[in-house]
Amino acid sequence: MTIPSASRVQRWAVLRRSATFWVGAGITLMWVFFAVFGELIAPFDPLGTPQDVLNRLDSPSAAHWFGTDQLGRDVLSRVIVGARSALTVALAATALGTVCGTFLGLVVGYFGGIVDDIIGRILDAFLSIPLVITAMIALTALGPNTLGVVIVIGLVFTPLIAKTVRAAVLAERHLDYVSAAQLRREGPLHIMLVEILPNVTNVITVEFTVRLGYAIFTVLALSFLGFGIEPSVPDWGLAIAQHYGFLTGDIWWPVLFPALAIASLVVGINLLSDGIAQAYES
Amino acid sequence: MVTTTPQVLTVDNLGIDYKVGLEWKQAVRDVSFSIAQGESLGLVGESGCGKTTVAMAIMHYLPRNGRVGEGSIRLGGREIENLSASELRQMRVNQVSMVYQDPGKSLNPSIRIGRQVADVFELMGFPKGEWDDRVVDILRKVKIADPESVVRRYPHQLSGGMLQRVVIAMAIASEPELLVLDEPTTGLDATVEAEVLDLVSSLRAETGTSVLFISHSLAVIRRMCDRVGVLYGGRLLAEGPAESIFTDPRHPYTVGLLRSLPTGEVSRKEAQLDTIPGTLPPLGAQIQGCIYAARCPIAEDVCRDEEPDLIPLPGNRASRCYFPDRAPNLPRVVAPDPPPRQRSDATLLEISDTSKTFVQEGRPVFALSDIDLSIRVGETVALVGESGSGKSTLAKVILGIHVPDDGAVIEIGGEVLHDSLHSRSGDEIRSVQMVFQNPDSALNRRHSVRRIIGRAVQRLRGLGRKGVQEHTRDLLTDVRMGHEHLGAKPSHLSGGLKQRVAIARAFAGSPALVVLDEPTSALDVSVQAAIINLLSELQAEEDVAYLFISHDLNVVRYLADRVAVMYLGRLMEVGTAQRIFGGPHHPYSEALLSAAPDREEGTRIRLEGEIPAATDPPPGCPFQTRCHRKIGEICETVEPPLTEAEPGYSIRCHIPIDELAALQQVVPQE
Repeated sequence: MTIPSASRVQRWAVLRRSATFWVGAGITLMWVFFAVFGELIAPFDPLGTPQDVLNRLDSPSAAHWFGTDQLGRDVLSRVIVGARSALTVALAATALGTVCGTFLGLVVGYFGGIVDDIIGRILDAFLSIPLVITAMIALTALGPNTLGVVIVIGLVFTPLIAKTVRAAVLAERHLDYVSAAQLRREGPLHIMLVEILPNVTNVITVEFTVRLGYAIFTVLALSFLGFGIEPSVPDWGLAIAQHYGFLTGDIWWPVLFPALAIASLVVGINLLSDGIAQAYES
Repeated sequence: MVTTTPQVLTVDNLGIDYKVGLEWKQAVRDVSFSIAQGESLGLVGESGCGKTTVAMAIMHYLPRNGRVGEGSIRLGGREIENLSASELRQMRVNQVSMVYQDPGKSLNPSIRIGRQVADVFELMGFPKGEWDDRVVDILRKVKIADPESVVRRYPHQLSGGMLQRVVIAMAIASEPELLVLDEPTTGLDATVEAEVLDLVSSLRAETGTSVLFISHSLAVIRRMCDRVGVLYGGRLLAEGPAESIFTDPRHPYTVGLLRSLPTGEVSRKEAQLDTIPGTLPPLGAQIQGCIYAARCPIAEDVCRDEEPDLIPLPGNRASRCYFPDRAPNLPRVVAPDPPPRQRSDATLLEISDTSKTFVQEGRPVFALSDIDLSIRVGETVALVGESGSGKSTLAKVILGIHVPDDGAVIEIGGEVLHDSLHSRSGDEIRSVQMVFQNPDSALNRRHSVRRIIGRAVQRLRGLGRKGVQEHTRDLLTDVRMGHEHLGAKPSHLSGGLKQRVAIARAFAGSPALVVLDEPTSALDVSVQAAIINLLSELQAEEDVAYLFISHDLNVVRYLADRVAVMYLGRLMEVGTAQRIFGGPHHPYSEALLSAAPDREEGTRIRLEGEIPAATDPPPGCPFQTRCHRKIGEICETVEPPLTEAEPGYSIRCHIPIDELAALQQVVPQE
């Protein structure tokens, strides 16, 4: 029996009705908006002015809703603008990982056999190394810079995404449309990119959004640990690192608000990816 | 219906919906039938007609996105919708059992057969000490030869036919009042199918169980059932005793279905098959009037305005048609005249000394042994044989997907056809193409029709953009499709249209030979006829040769000029279709032919055992382990050569042809 499955139009209908998707999309879009237009929305200069030093560590007030930090800068403004570094670095890293991982997954899945054995084992070896530690070692060697963070996270994600894509390609490569392409002697690149890739994009889309959430966590964990972000740039991880020592003095606002920002963005992206995954499954 | 026997199952006004996306769509509507004690009812219909859905609803096993929207299902007098979870469980343990299509999926691959069968007895509450004996008894009852050893095996160690016996054993162990069989033989070879069907018949005679038999195959239903319900688009269109439904159909749909089936009596030389125009209605379509009106050649205004009831007819039957008396004289949709065809005797493909040995875990697998076969220009050669006989391997060797062993020579048009795809020239690539079994798998679901065909034209013809466009349109016209389909993705096309696109793609480079790998077996009966007609017309127009792989001997008989019977990688018999089907036959072909479900029961030849493994072929004649006409030691020691016993007819058997004729009581044809 074939249980009726949904077409693309019907999947969009499910997505349109999905509260999960819309809440996730709403939160994510809000942060994207802040990342793009941060300076225009922020009530104060996020980078601070020399006079700011006078009102260091003010608690939340009508003027400074989220209070001020140790240099007297407005926490709200820095949280708003801080979305930029989190999102750009995480997006770039995830995109890099997705592109490399997809290509590797296609190659490994399509050729199979010895190619799968060799590259597959190398990928497994990479997977066994913990993410943050790898990144820290690499960044210590490279020196802290944003590009380094992007490349390191991208490369660490590559084997994870490659594995997922490989599994999807394995299900496709034995279908007869691949044989038909071989019978008119298409090259492997054509078969992988033109024939198979369009049929595994749903897997890649879901994988991308899931990985994006992880990437944000990783980027901020690294900046918390002091890797990759220049100290003057407003950044949530950095802000928490600079202020968590004050928590003992009941000064919670410079830590709590960036932490909530991180949580909301990661939850938002995860809801978004759940919504998309559900629509594909319906 | 007036009967004195109690009804085991009563389905009344049943409606079942599926949730697709966000909408509930009605898949089954107003279906009513009942099964009396000891009776067998068949539900027959094409894909999407709702037959399995009805069975699932009876078991209360609808998938999560399905629901019984209206009507009632009463089993042994109780309404199953009202049963509690534990009552449902009791019902499935004691009252009703189901056998599914794929036995490999119904059994747990990691648990031994004995333990899985014992589960049934555990559920029924027998003491543990009795399980082993009961398991062996029930396996013996389904005619498993060595049950003591089978209980220790895992499912993957048994063949499909054996597995289906095990599943049937589990289903009948509780002596259920009702046995539901959902396509129990689809996917099995004809020889195995015949055995399973015989088993079900004999069990039914023994136990008196009522049976609900679901199948797309009219021949199987006709053989197995007392009464038949014909489903279409979720409606019961006709109902009645099996014999009269099939011999004297009173619904235009049943008439159409029967006419579109090749019966083996008529070949393409004599007449085109009749078809049913149009396509199946989509799931949940809101159709005013008769659901079949859009495809019915005798539909009138009243049919389109108001849906007819299931009108009772004399002979304890009913038809959902206003004009049941006109149905038998339904006008033909397709003119019977076959397309004019010019035959030449020129040889197109010549295969000699071709073997193929695979290596599996260090051991050789002899997939093909010394094949010698020729195909003439514009001819259809059919390859038949059980699965594992090497049909597909031979096709793949010809296509260049598999490279044959050293010494093989394959020539096309008098020139050597290179081994592998990589070493073939553009001309060689173009001249041999393929149509696959399942168009859903063969067409890239993300590409449009324009792109699917266009790419093949571009690769195989090397035309410029303009030329590709033009030729793509021409090809679509050739397969009788409108240009409005150019932008469509495969998912928007019906099964028949998809297969037409696949055929157009295979013809993109004007091939000399097209390999057809079961091109109609994934299609519905009404669509199959149209595709067969199309293939036959294209052959007449383009003078292309076909290598036609099929399990369906009736289709082979209709379409093929010559037939090659394969067993264990060898050709057993090669000759004209008329000669192969007319006999005298090779003992293996004789068994294959007698396995068809439309054969009478008494004439069946049962093959002993299973196809031997290709890693370990038996000594002597490959067929000797199962042959019912084995003559003695010579069969076990000497492999008979493929000899030309008559002009144009070769056979691999130690028994002389006139002796075979005498044994099979065939009058030699002149």
